[in-house]
Amino acid sequence: MNQTDNYELKVRPIKTNVFLNIKELWRYRELFYIFAWRDIKVRYKQTILGIAWAVLQPVTSTFIFTVFFGKFIKIPSEGLPYSLFVLIGLVYWSFFSGTLTHASNSLIENEGIIKKVYFPRLILPLSTIATGLIDFGISFILSLLVGLYFGYFPSPLAIIIIPLGLVIASLGAVGAGLFLTSINVKYRDVRYALPFFIQILIFVTPVIYPLSIVGSVNRLVIAINPIVGVIESARKVISGSGVIDYQVLAVSAISSILLFVAGLYYFRTTEKFFADII
Amino acid sequence: MKPIVEVNHLYKKYQIGEKQPYYSLRDSIVNFVRSPIRSINKLRKNEFWALKDISFKVMPGEVMGIIGRNGAGKSTLLKILSQITPPTKGEITLRGRVASLLEVGTGFHPELTGRENIFLNGAILGMKRAEIKRKFNQIIEFAEIQKFLDTPIKHYSSGMYTRLAFAVAAHLEPEILLIDEVLAVGDIQFQKKCLGKIQNISREEGRTVLFVSHNLQSIEQLCAKCILLEKGQVKMNGETKSVIAKYLNEVIPGTNKVIKLDKKADSVMSFSKIFITNSKGKITYNILEHEDFYVNLELNVLEETKDIDVNIAISNSQNVIACSNLSGIRNSQLRSFRPGKYIFKVKFSGGYLMPYNYFIHIYIQHPGVQSIDARENVLGFTVSGQKQDTYLSYRAGYVSLPSKWLLEK
Repeated sequence: MNQTDNYELKVRPIKTNVFLNIKELWRYRELFYIFAWRDIKVRYKQTILGIAWAVLQPVTSTFIFTVFFGKFIKIPSEGLPYSLFVLIGLVYWSFFSGTLTHASNSLIENEGIIKKVYFPRLILPLSTIATGLIDFGISFILSLLVGLYFGYFPSPLAIIIIPLGLVIASLGAVGAGLFLTSINVKYRDVRYALPFFIQILIFVTPVIYPLSIVGSVNRLVIAINPIVGVIESARKVISGSGVIDYQVLAVSAISSILLFVAGLYYFRTTEKFFADII
Repeated sequence: MKPIVEVNHLYKKYQIGEKQPYYSLRDSIVNFVRSPIRSINKLRKNEFWALKDISFKVMPGEVMGIIGRNGAGKSTLLKILSQITPPTKGEITLRGRVASLLEVGTGFHPELTGRENIFLNGAILGMKRAEIKRKFNQIIEFAEIQKFLDTPIKHYSSGMYTRLAFAVAAHLEPEILLIDEVLAVGDIQFQKKCLGKIQNISREEGRTVLFVSHNLQSIEQLCAKCILLEKGQVKMNGETKSVIAKYLNEVIPGTNKVIKLDKKADSVMSFSKIFITNSKGKITYNILEHEDFYVNLELNVLEETKDIDVNIAISNSQNVIACSNLSGIRNSQLRSFRPGKYIFKVKFSGGYLMPYNYFIHIYIQHPGVQSIDARENVLGFTVSGQKQDTYLSYRAGYVSLPSKWLLEK
């Protein structure tokens, strides 16, 4: 019992939350891994194709988009083969929309645990990033292969831009997810509104079209959507052609940080009552 | 030595609305727009103090029992101790790591195997990966599931599931362990094993346990000290034997009086009184096992109502219904009422209920259509066996059916 002599914890009414309790999060890091591990494990259980789905999904979408938007409607693709163009867009888009969806549902999907055990609730939405990384990795490699097939070599900048894009996409998706998952605890409307919202969002994101078609001023407005700058710059570095629009990337980066801070703030102020109302 | 748990003037308030299953955003907006003042007032009225001014101390190595009727605040207290929900006022000082076992199998995932779930559940309960690995063999041995270790637990029987869940939890090593009603599950043999394990945790490993249960027998067996909660307050704190006696003699039976029930507004008919009488017509909440007893119900009918069922259910202290009884089954005249006052006397024959504590729930309903009045846990009563019933401990179950043993050969 000696170790308990200095240990003392006060449980008091919560008035103000520490904005981000890094020390506590670090102490619970194993739980973070285990939630991520669980979600990855469970993901393709009881499916015939299993992990092949992670390849099949981007391939199918790319094929459909290439046939309709590339061949029939002839959307410009900044000199890249349309299939490569849209596949790179989808790599980040799927990661972003998937993480946003999982983060938004993370609390209500773990309702039972939240009601019964204490841990920093932040772990749940945060761990959804890890789940999306596997699919991201697979489709990213796929996009490199398709690029090489068409004779495009990635630029050395990719070593910085690709991880940076992941960070921006994660901050943006989890930031919005933190906000939505807190609302979701009390109002289940989020669960129904979200798929609809994401469907709309893909059209204001340059996944199937290049950002250049919206005009040079509008491009900065659209870049408030954090994934815009990420997709645009990823296209440049994976194909190794064209110049990165750093203005757009900066707007997206700042926007994702603001989104994350705002989402985190809202989450932390509502967090204490999750167990009572979920 | 300093107490390991110190609770000082603890209060917890709930908005009743918060206990609703879930809201839709539209409902909230519509309600607010329609009547902003009323919805604010309504919020205030629906305040409910689940805990009021709770103070107590637990010394290291003690096993403290917490008893009380349903809704007395036991689970809320454990939830605050385990930091799941914050208190409204007051303070708790914890001088050790806390692990709570509020429900076995928290976080179990049906698609994962037994092995995987041990790691998942252990981590959720606060174990480190290395710690789980070290205890892995002990856990599967305790759970007796060696053969099914790599089977997804959705294929487990409920017994296997429970055993695995308890096994993981029982191998936690916190200084303070909170346990809520986990022994209500599993077969008798396994329950005994669990009780033994809890005893071991406190006596040999010197850890502190706070133990909530409706099962007075296991409370008595495990806990030297006990707290009695009543309506969110500490009614008594002391030696387990005397606390249980107080619970049985005062809290469960009320005070051997007629229990008056609050009127239910805007209801065409509602219950107004309830009490139990014995075969001599005396009001009592302590019935002898072989004695007939009567549940007396008074009903207030405001408007003519037809096709009504009045239903009495008797449950044990774990909320398992032992039996229920509909008024209309035997007498169709008892299904329609004109305005006025009605008194029912429902006879229950002695000898069927085993000696335990029971609770009564009463309902008026249009069957399959609508509930008119429902009062759960409206009163508690005790069935006592004969003092020297040496067979009692061998008789399992809550209901004893009359049976005859015939020797055929």
